Amino acid sequence: MNPPPLMTCAMRLKPPQTLRRPRCGAEVRKYLQVLGLGFQSHLAYRFNFLARVLFSLIPLTALLMLWETIYAGQTAEMLVGGYTRSEMLAYYLVAAWVHALTAVTEDDWQIAADIRDGNINHLLAKPVNYLAYRLCLFASGRVVYAGVAALPLAGFVWISGLTVYVPTDLAVWMWFALSLALTALLQFFISFALAMLAFWVLEVSTFIFIVYAFEYIASGHLFPLDLLPESLRWLLPFTPFPYELYFPVSIYLGKTTGSALVRGLVLQCAWVGISWWMAWWAWRRGLRRYGAVGG
Amino acid sequence: MNVIPPPSGFPQSRWPSLRDQIRRYLQIYVALWRNSVTREMTFKTNFLLWIVVELLWFALQLCFIEVIYLHTDAIGTWTRWEVILLVGTSHCIQEIFQAFFLINCANLSDLVRTGKLDFLLLQPVNARFLVSLRQVDLGSFVNAGIALVVMVYAMDHLDLQITPFRVLTFTALCLCGILIHYSLMFLLAAISFWTIKAQGIVWGYYNLFQLARMPDEAFRGMFRFVFTFIFPVLLVTNVPVRVLIEKLDQPAWALTMVLMAALCLVLSEAGWRVSLRHYTSASS
Repeated sequence: MNPPPLMTCAMRLKPPQTLRRPRCGAEVRKYLQVLGLGFQSHLAYRFNFLARVLFSLIPLTALLMLWETIYAGQTAEMLVGGYTRSEMLAYYLVAAWVHALTAVTEDDWQIAADIRDGNINHLLAKPVNYLAYRLCLFASGRVVYAGVAALPLAGFVWISGLTVYVPTDLAVWMWFALSLALTALLQFFISFALAMLAFWVLEVSTFIFIVYAFEYIASGHLFPLDLLPESLRWLLPFTPFPYELYFPVSIYLGKTTGSALVRGLVLQCAWVGISWWMAWWAWRRGLRRYGAVGG
Repeated sequence: MNVIPPPSGFPQSRWPSLRDQIRRYLQIYVALWRNSVTREMTFKTNFLLWIVVELLWFALQLCFIEVIYLHTDAIGTWTRWEVILLVGTSHCIQEIFQAFFLINCANLSDLVRTGKLDFLLLQPVNARFLVSLRQVDLGSFVNAGIALVVMVYAMDHLDLQITPFRVLTFTALCLCGILIHYSLMFLLAAISFWTIKAQGIVWGYYNLFQLARMPDEAFRGMFRFVFTFIFPVLLVTNVPVRVLIEKLDQPAWALTMVLMAALCLVLSEAGWRVSLRHYTSASS
């Protein structure tokens, strides 16, 4: 005999006997799902990504040519800040790669817009952690972006006829991969923490651009940080910026080895920890004043 | 031309003369300015913060030059203060361009997406005039002023023989540079009318116009050709600065720049018209 329909409804509403935390496997599966979603939505923007990569090749070429001219003006096989001509050119190419794999492109704007427009409401109602959710979207975005960037960048290297430096030591590759992952995390947490400002102010882009300016020069986008005067170089490890680009590139090029490598990795881990804590703290504080605009 | 034919019975002599037209457009422009001032003053903190942002990026460029010249004496034949003058001039040109045109060009794709362009097209004024000059970015004038100070400081270090003629030529060529910036940006915005988001256009713009502040001697071959004669960003600052520091090897370059500016303007108008012809309103 079937129970009356109302009865089933009530039974369904009754909470299950044991309200345990979902198992670890379920948690992982949930975020894998988000990752898959991220792939799909980012693939929709592949042409936008391609345009971005192609446009960014223009300043890259310009910088490479600028350095070639500078080296051509030197008398002998001279070093600039400890870099030979080919090392300098390699620096910019590797930096372009690291940037493609780790840089935050639109995540910060999207997070800020989510908060401002009240789009996080429906996510708050779901059993997902917003930080982890966003991290998955960021990771999938990076993979798609790097995939799209691979062909133009490889073509660029081929056409320009530059020799690409490839480390032979397996250990270097390992440390580089580790540092690359930490760089991506650092970039993401810093952007996330900055985007949290959207809880307090209406317009976050100015703040993002101010930090971005410091990142641009102090992380080694424009030139290898070895070119800076000694006093400034001493100061840099006290900021997170070198670990956002310069550090993994210098590992790859074999410029950072031995104890400097270990010290750098420890500091990088520390900065990842600090930025993660700041992102998390800002999120909790922000939620407390969140007004859920657009309800 | 967006001139509406006069209604029947409209006396021929009342047809607006060129002077009346100019006066009318000036009046409209004054009204647009007044709007922009009101808007900027509503968000005062933001207004000030944007000035700081721009200033920071300018300082960053100067730092880059300083760092390079820590390690070398010259880029080609360009010395340190010459390059600083170049970067300053480039920034000044860019800021003035930004003051009048940048936001408006970047907003074009938004106007299309939301269908607000319909409203502008219906106004009895030239649509391009309205689209290009709607908002004025007042903070950029402050930054242009700062760039001017840097330029004067660099010129002081260069020990130049400044004649009124040279300053006049320099200014005229800088205006051509602004025109090139505007035409290219407007073309970029008009072509990508219905595909790329506003952020994509601004991103492309920043990458392309970065070249304007680099000494042209660094570039060779295909790259130099493309960015001199197809997207003439390498002319924008290099030619006027070369005039000022007596580095211009051939006067023909100045003429080339004027011609390229005119050509870009014509091309951007053509691109705009093609885009408008393909415009289907989003709102209806």
